[in-house]
Amino acid sequence: MSADGYRIRGRDGDWEIAVGLEVHAQVVSEAKLFSDAPTAFGAAPNSQVSLVDAAMPGMLPVINHECVAQAVRTGLALEAEINLTSVFDRKNYFYPDLPPGYQISQYSRPIVGRGHVVLDLEDGAQRSIGITRLHLEMDAGKSVHDRRADATCVDLNRAGVALMEIVSEPDIRSPEEAGLYLRKLRSILRTIGTCDGNMEQGSLRADVNVSVRRSGEELGTRCEIKNLNSVRFVMKAIEVEARRQVAVIESGGAVELETRLFDPERGETRSMRSKEEAHDYRYFPDPDLLPLTLDPAWVEELRAALPELPDARKARFMAEHGLSAYDAGVLVAARAIADLFDAAAAGRDAKRVANFIMGPLFGALNRAGIEVEDCPVPADALGALIDRVSDDTISHQSANTVIQAVVATGADVDAVIEEKGLRQVSDAGAIEALVERVIADNPDKVADYRAGRTKLMGWFVGQVMKASAGKANPRAVNEALRARLDG
Amino acid sequence: MSALTALTVAGARAGLAGRAFSARELVDAHIAAIEAERGLNAFVAETFDRARAGADAADARIAAGEARLLEGIPLAVKDLFCTRGVRSQACSKILSGFEPPYESTVTANLWAAGALMLGKTNMDEFAMGSANVTSAEGPVVNPWRREGDDKALVPGGSSGGSAAAVAARLCLGATGTDTGGSIRQPAAFCGIVGMKPTYGRCSRWGMIAFASSLDQAGPLTRTVEDAALMLQAMAGRDPKDSTSIDRPVPDYAASLTGDVRDLTIGVPAEYRMEGMPAEIEALWAEGVRWFREAGAKVVDVSLPLTRYALPTYYIVAPAEASSNLARYDGVRYGLRVDGDDPTEMYARTRAEGFGREVRRRILIGTYVLSAGYYDAYYLKAQKVRTLIARDFERAFESVDAVLTPTAPFAAFAIGEKMDDPIAMYLNDVFTVPASLAGLPAISVPAGLTGDGLPLGLHLIARPFDEPTLFRAAGVLESAAAFSQRPPAPGATP
Repeated sequence: MSADGYRIRGRDGDWEIAVGLEVHAQVVSEAKLFSDAPTAFGAAPNSQVSLVDAAMPGMLPVINHECVAQAVRTGLALEAEINLTSVFDRKNYFYPDLPPGYQISQYSRPIVGRGHVVLDLEDGAQRSIGITRLHLEMDAGKSVHDRRADATCVDLNRAGVALMEIVSEPDIRSPEEAGLYLRKLRSILRTIGTCDGNMEQGSLRADVNVSVRRSGEELGTRCEIKNLNSVRFVMKAIEVEARRQVAVIESGGAVELETRLFDPERGETRSMRSKEEAHDYRYFPDPDLLPLTLDPAWVEELRAALPELPDARKARFMAEHGLSAYDAGVLVAARAIADLFDAAAAGRDAKRVANFIMGPLFGALNRAGIEVEDCPVPADALGALIDRVSDDTISHQSANTVIQAVVATGADVDAVIEEKGLRQVSDAGAIEALVERVIADNPDKVADYRAGRTKLMGWFVGQVMKASAGKANPRAVNEALRARLDG
Repeated sequence: MSALTALTVAGARAGLAGRAFSARELVDAHIAAIEAERGLNAFVAETFDRARAGADAADARIAAGEARLLEGIPLAVKDLFCTRGVRSQACSKILSGFEPPYESTVTANLWAAGALMLGKTNMDEFAMGSANVTSAEGPVVNPWRREGDDKALVPGGSSGGSAAAVAARLCLGATGTDTGGSIRQPAAFCGIVGMKPTYGRCSRWGMIAFASSLDQAGPLTRTVEDAALMLQAMAGRDPKDSTSIDRPVPDYAASLTGDVRDLTIGVPAEYRMEGMPAEIEALWAEGVRWFREAGAKVVDVSLPLTRYALPTYYIVAPAEASSNLARYDGVRYGLRVDGDDPTEMYARTRAEGFGREVRRRILIGTYVLSAGYYDAYYLKAQKVRTLIARDFERAFESVDAVLTPTAPFAAFAIGEKMDDPIAMYLNDVFTVPASLAGLPAISVPAGLTGDGLPLGLHLIARPFDEPTLFRAAGVLESAAAFSQRPPAPGATP
């Protein structure tokens, strides 16, 4: 889908959409943003809570410098301005899972300013999506409503965990671009190790701002759809919200600035709160924290220590391995896949490896419902499988079967080949015997072929393969048939 | 009054070191004094068993030659400090029953120096008040009386319990906290020394927050030297408080040389307030004369923005308080009044848990931070605050300390000024500017009103120049030779 392609067909004309994302990325760090409590996922409720996280009287926040470093690394990876002085503000509101009654965030002076993310579109074109800012803030806890009938329980394990809020410009023009943006951002975060990107665990969540306009007009009023936790939901929510807005405007109404929730089951968005109900957060600088100042030399150290970023990796894949921009882009979109490719391509035909990853492997992952980032196949297994195809041990067809088994069960490649009897027959004598039998059984077809119906070669190959129960090496079969029929 | 309760901290240290008496005897004498003076309502918790056990341990250390700076010295702690296993409720109903599982850095520092806790002292609720009448535990009675008048007077606030306890010889010293004058004004009302260090000198960790950018812990004692000794133990960098400053803590007591011949003392005309009693004016002039006689140079200085300090303070402090007190929501600790939904629970809990003055300041603070008002109030107040600090910086280019009265009047009767919050706020008119500028300041008892109530003089110094502040205060103390005491124990109702 190219940038100009996406339109919503209205009753009397086409509509463009403008989308901006606010991504909340949980920072990879041992301890929370302002306390030394651990951050591991899945711990028993309220087992990772410090006195600061519980907002006990007299407790004070102290900034965790590792979280600051992670935000700076992320800013550098987004080619963004690093603000050497930034300020933590309090965002005041009452909620039972927000112990201090305020969230410490960065309002007017974030740690990271303008940057951008480059998207590789399917047609090979690129689009740059502007990053407005990135700021650090603490997460809230979790209210649990279904644990007890008579009460709401509060789990503060998440309370105080560091989040990066990464805000994009409203540069995104289609649901597909939103998906590409989110995947690309996730790939960058995973590459530099600042966020694990696990959307189902909530380490990456997105708020989406959507507006619609007729071509060439000013941006319309936006609605914000909160807390989307999968790429698919982000794309779907944008689509249904944009359609809703078009319908509202075309029926003579006006889109109201409001916060909405996406209901994936019903495929619709619903109003959560309107502008009138919006909180007045009473932001002000947190007097418990001094302005955060960074040493430029330290920022440069972090810059120098950054790993190869997806865009650079893509360029390398193209230069070193002669991959197309699109293929290289696909491979670097997920760090796990790029790593897999790098390891498996060493000493092998890189294009063959790339094709195998994007073909059979992605197919198998898709079938198993596994995100490509979570690909469980080790590089040596992938390499071994590609080698078995290259050396004719198994056919391309069988390779699909093997990779599916490896993805599903983590089984050993050679064990699967033996267990399923996929080793193909390349032995000349065995194949010649099969060829002889097919020729002997079909004298009329042999006559036709020799009379000039050479297209029958395919049919002969099929017969031999069938007789071998699919195990014969098709190339060897071809050669044997040709020798016998043409000779 | 027992001879032991009449001692200073310095005197008690000497007596303990010379085995004139034991720490246990010292503690027992104070326990007896506290029991005799419960009518003052200065203490809201008594920790006598702990004090006695600590005294025995102190005696052992003294015997072993391992006495520390404040070994065996019995102190009282303002209820604003979190003390492990001992009620720490900021004298608010909303913290009913709260006993923290942790110890504030300042009190931990005192215990690490060998000091002993006799109990927790009464205070204005969340340190919001200047008369100790907003406490959920009831008002504290000032041990002083007007001559020929038995009416109970306020001890000042918010550290009113600490000030009354020190003045009534119920402890050798006490911790206080000062946000806009909460140590210095009650010290003046009770005829004792009250000292607020530079912002960042003492850790705020474990001190229940009122206004984070202003709150500082400090000592209330009967002499300047005692304040120096106590601060010595209390001060220091704390990695748990990002606003505490990493600077060495000098030997404060050693700065008390009695020599101020190299000092220039500034007298700011702007502290001359309309309607201020003539005797306060006269005492201030007396202070000037004392410094001149001691060989210091005294000059006029101008602090032109002084008159904006009080309104600025009453924007900044409530703004921070409105946010700091949001955590008292009934969810995790303290009082909870149930409701049908969280919002109703909050409203009921906070309506019942907070007193009138605290509610008033939360409302003011919420208002000045609200969208549409932020720039006009909070932002502007922050700018004025910066300018007030600059006023002082400029003054300190030519003077080493600034001399002013501590408060514009002496202690008043319980019940007075209760209907008019603005009149009550005027208590802090002279102490608030130093708070806004984060400067160290001290109130020294310097004289009596015509009807026999103590008055304090107030010195302000450069940031982290506590040594000069103590030195000047020591000279003021000697010159004033304030030796009057409140009526003997038992004379109060």
